[in-house]
Amino acid sequence: MKKIPAQRLIILAVVFLIIASTLPLYAQAYLLGLLTVAYYFGVFSMSWDLLFGYAGEVNFGPTFLMGLGAYTAGILNNQFSLAIPWCIVLGSLAAVIGGLVLALPALRLKGPYFGLTTLVAVLLLQNVIIFMSDLTGGEIGLTVPDVIAINEVSNYYIALGVLSVSGFVLYTLANSRLGLILEAIGQNPVEASALGFNVTKHKLSAFVVSAFFSGVAGAFLVFYFGSASVGTLIEVSVGVQIIIAAVLGGRRTILGAVLGSIFMIAATEALRPLGTLSTFVVSLAALFVIMMAPGGLLALLLSKREEESAP
Amino acid sequence: MATRIPVLNLQGIVKRFGGLVAVNQISFEVSDGEILGLIGPNGSGKSTVMKVIMGILSPSAGTITVNGQVISGLPAHLVAKHGVGIVFQHSRPLQRQTVLEHIKLALLPDDIFTRVNHQDLDARAHVIAAKVGLTKLANRLPATLSFADLRRIELAKAIARDPKVLLVDEPFAGLTAQEVEEFSELIRDFKKEGRAVLLVDHNVKSVAALVDRVFAMYLGSEIAQGSATEVMQDPVVREVYLGGKLQVASRPTLELGGPPILDVQNLCVHYGKAQALIDVNLSIREREFVSVVGLNGAGKTTLFNAISGMLDYSGSIQFENINLKNISAAKISRAGIIQCPETRELFGELGVGENLEVAGLHLPKSLRNEQKEWLFELFPILQSRIHQAAATLSGGEQQMLAIARCLMAKPKLLLLDEPTLGLAPVILEQLSKALEKLRHTTDLTVLLSEQNVTFALPHADRVYVLENARLIWHGKPDQFVSEMGDAYL
Repeated sequence: MKKIPAQRLIILAVVFLIIASTLPLYAQAYLLGLLTVAYYFGVFSMSWDLLFGYAGEVNFGPTFLMGLGAYTAGILNNQFSLAIPWCIVLGSLAAVIGGLVLALPALRLKGPYFGLTTLVAVLLLQNVIIFMSDLTGGEIGLTVPDVIAINEVSNYYIALGVLSVSGFVLYTLANSRLGLILEAIGQNPVEASALGFNVTKHKLSAFVVSAFFSGVAGAFLVFYFGSASVGTLIEVSVGVQIIIAAVLGGRRTILGAVLGSIFMIAATEALRPLGTLSTFVVSLAALFVIMMAPGGLLALLLSKREEESAP
Repeated sequence: MATRIPVLNLQGIVKRFGGLVAVNQISFEVSDGEILGLIGPNGSGKSTVMKVIMGILSPSAGTITVNGQVISGLPAHLVAKHGVGIVFQHSRPLQRQTVLEHIKLALLPDDIFTRVNHQDLDARAHVIAAKVGLTKLANRLPATLSFADLRRIELAKAIARDPKVLLVDEPFAGLTAQEVEEFSELIRDFKKEGRAVLLVDHNVKSVAALVDRVFAMYLGSEIAQGSATEVMQDPVVREVYLGGKLQVASRPTLELGGPPILDVQNLCVHYGKAQALIDVNLSIREREFVSVVGLNGAGKTTLFNAISGMLDYSGSIQFENINLKNISAAKISRAGIIQCPETRELFGELGVGENLEVAGLHLPKSLRNEQKEWLFELFPILQSRIHQAAATLSGGEQQMLAIARCLMAKPKLLLLDEPTLGLAPVILEQLSKALEKLRHTTDLTVLLSEQNVTFALPHADRVYVLENARLIWHGKPDQFVSEMGDAYL
């Protein structure tokens, strides 16, 4: 897999930002609402790609991290009437702490065991939420009294802002020396440690960064939805959607995850008339793209032009 | 050399894997500006010693110091910080990063908050690239590089950290004579710069010109140390390396009247533009032992893979009465052709017994047990290792298990690809005896591929020579020396 030239990626990102920020001028509120959700999920997928694409660790529990952020923020607002900004700050902090507690022991495990541990973490969180229904609303879900904004356009711009800032930070990190070290670790941890890199420490920092952005986006999402429920935020199937979006967009690209998320959410919505069949068709389409173009949507978009300018 | 200060010091290093003592009471020291050759046949524990020094494995007992500071038991990244570097034999470079980026990676501090001057980093990376001869390739991606240049990247990464102690694993494996000379020069430079260098290799000969001293190991223990000449003349070393002389075939030549069991006609294989096999014709009769000899890259493995149905080819391959073209690899193996690949492909985490069980799953249980008993008779060492995980066996034991696993499936034709690769003569002898036994007591037909002519000849009724994708000679083993001997070597 070739590296997508940074220049081209940045041009694409700028084009995307121009289109995205002018969209409210001519698009319907319905589309904006859809994209608002897609943008938050884009942040989840990007965070996930940092860990999988670079450090080579498959985290089956992206919803564990975003769920911690979302539920902490929601509960603080619902039970203690804390102001939204504080809820978001504490929500992301909770995701970071939860991530650390999970990753510290899990990252010492070898092979597929890290992934399995993250999967178990999701199930644990899900059960704690149901079990502590006084606080969390249990299976019915949690409603929050406050919302960030009532108006679709404001919500859209907030989501776009969160996406842009997260994307910028994650992309910069991935292309910094941390990204390089992580990639080396993902490829061959023994050699990386022989070069003097503390493998566990670097993986842990990647996990913390991933947890932070997942927590932030999770907390924002709660105040957009005005509610949180296991079915929409925690369940393993939600995590799988996030993972598919990241792989579909293009592994090791960070920004590709945004395309993947938009595709997943837009396609599910467009195929809604198919009823229960829609998820099936979207999954099938995603599977098709992943098998035909393992580089993902981003590579598909950028590869032709890459060939032209190849030395 | 007595005035030199030891930089690296090992005292009574022991490494156990479960019940297996891989390294037993090893003590040696390497001084600055000295090159020590650590040699031993496969399974002697030399690689384990290297991993223990680097901190990839922790020793079960003993102490390692670098400049007087204890490093044994520390994780690898801390050992690296004490000034130990390693050049791995196999490189798995990052695919999206250029050569220069690989070197820069090695120059980065572990702490990502430490400020780095990128211009300075760039300049240093260029200096290192120049030193190992990668200047012109600095902006290339690894996928476009030759094997030797990939190894140069490994060297560059190891010296980027300016190690006081440099461990080099099989520095010359797979290199051409010219490249060996260039790499030797680089290693001499490390010595001139005052580094302590530990070269790990199979035999003394390949490193003799380079080393100041040699430390020889066998089955985990020290067997000799001294100058290269002293070690080469050491009786124990000679016994381990040269063992007993290989016997020439004692079986009377077979009656070659029957129909061929395998018939290969006009076989051609392409890898992209490269021709891996050109117009190969070969036939084997039932119960025959046939050897294909040729150097690395001659096309031996390609020939086997084509027969096993793992490659596309033109021409025809007929086995008994079946045309193998367009038949799946699985069907070919069920028809009775089993390949024992040079990479062995054992189930590393399964035990010896389980590896055999898996291969015999399609047999009824009574027959399976019968087969296993017979195989343990053929390779007695496997019985004593029956519960041990295959990955922890020595190279020779793994090879025996690989062959035994193939035999478990009751093949009619066994394709044996380079069984001697990387094995010490003492193990070759055991393999040799097993092959003789198979030849005398079973109906098995064997096609053996070898670089090692002295191993291939005694086990052959007929010999084919493969060179640059073509069969260039074919005849009886006793004709080989007179007709092909000089040309082949």
